[in-house]
Amino acid sequence: MNKILEVRNLSKIYGPGCPLCLESTGPEADTNLCPHCGSVVAIHDVSFDLFEGEILGVMGESGSGKSTVVKNLYFDQAPSGGEAIFYDRDKQHDLFALNAAQQRWLRNHRFGMVYQNPHLGLNFNISAGGNIAERLLMSDLMDYGAIRERAKALLARTEVLLSRVDDLPRNFSGGMQQRVQIAKALATQPPLLFLDEVTTGLDLSVQARILDLILEIQQELKTAMVVVTHDLGVIRLLTGRAIVMKYGRVIESGLTDQILEDPQHAYTQRLVASAL
Amino acid sequence: MTPLILQVEAYGKHFQLHEQNKLIPSSHNVSFSVRAGELTALIGPTGAGKSSVLKGIYRTYLPSAGRILYRDTLGHELDLALASEHQILELRRREIGFVTQFLHCLPRQATLDVVAQPLLALGVSRDEARQRAAELLSAMNLPERLWSVSPATFSGGERQRVNLARGFIAKPRLLLLDEPTASLDPATAERVIGLIEGLKSDGTAMLAIFHHPETTRRLADQVVELAPPPAVEELLKEIA
Repeated sequence: MNKILEVRNLSKIYGPGCPLCLESTGPEADTNLCPHCGSVVAIHDVSFDLFEGEILGVMGESGSGKSTVVKNLYFDQAPSGGEAIFYDRDKQHDLFALNAAQQRWLRNHRFGMVYQNPHLGLNFNISAGGNIAERLLMSDLMDYGAIRERAKALLARTEVLLSRVDDLPRNFSGGMQQRVQIAKALATQPPLLFLDEVTTGLDLSVQARILDLILEIQQELKTAMVVVTHDLGVIRLLTGRAIVMKYGRVIESGLTDQILEDPQHAYTQRLVASAL
Repeated sequence: MTPLILQVEAYGKHFQLHEQNKLIPSSHNVSFSVRAGELTALIGPTGAGKSSVLKGIYRTYLPSAGRILYRDTLGHELDLALASEHQILELRRREIGFVTQFLHCLPRQATLDVVAQPLLALGVSRDEARQRAAELLSAMNLPERLWSVSPATFSGGERQRVNLARGFIAKPRLLLLDEPTASLDPATAERVIGLIEGLKSDGTAMLAIFHHPETTRRLADQVVELAPPPAVEELLKEIA
């Protein structure tokens, strides 16, 4: 098995920052807000590896910084420090040393992202098919017929009714919007996919179908994924390894079954004990 | 003597519950070995930490003490207590199987696919994997009408057969068995014992906990008796 992503000491601080920020925040300090300068230490010193075809879970409660991790890796935000290496076939990309055009190229061609909020992942002013076409165009597929065929195939794969390919996403149900987002993210067959709370807020039955779909895709395409969620059920179902975050720091990492059955950190023990 | 596959030296496991500020002893000072084509059985009273030994080897639990030396197909020796997460995942995929007391599987997945899964993970084609799964399930007497539905609604004995079939299908090098015949009727238990004997003669090394002393007597090449772990106070002295 080969490594696809290596993240080292990733950090993101909102605000001016001061020399006391790091020691005054984190799980020990029980806050991510620096009392001295008012900066928010969203994440600090986050490191992990991801291997080809593997699903890694990032778990933690709201405000733990778990979404910030994937937003930095997908270039939605720029980190304050740290590095990430993306191993793509025979190339290596030092993600945060790339210029904006290079970053955009990776986003459009080699990464995929599915957000909790479909407004972030979809353009609500164009049709479902158009959303997928947009991503295909960005990845240099130019033939209209080919684009339309590929868009239809992707929507069929993610079980979106083909009769609705020309409808606007705003007229779709929440679960259907997530399916279109997944189809869009997969359009370029990226080797690396980020999923940020993709089933949060959906009905349980819809959640289950989306999770099944994600697993099927992972088995078919061997896509490596980073799955951000506060839901232990999602962690158990999808991931092989996981990291646990609190106030911006990784407090525990391990095999998923080990984290759930033999959690080491006091916070993880409480989290696992409070699962329904 | 057949080759040594696993050597456990002074394994110990205790749980540190931070919230309640409690230390829970589980296994203590356990040593034994398992050889290819042989079955080592763990016996001892409830609470002696038998399951916790199996879980420590599979790394569902992080061992607190001792070494778990495993010799892989290539002859390399590896301490499973210290191996990286990816090394463990790779061994779980290729060499080490675990039949737990309870069936953990994906919901909404047909029984045939649940059983076929370990073969799919090794790259065997779907048709062939399902074919082998069907053979095993019929060898275990699981009615064919159940194969296409999820085990979620199955009885305890039916689930256990699914769990066993999934553990056996890829013929692991080392198989961990936690009470595999506990909820089976005598006739089915007999079939399972036959399958275990078959795996042994194919060279699989096994570490097992059996509910019935009679099963242990019939299948075990070595028997290891575990004593209950010491009281917390003594354990604390030892750790300090």
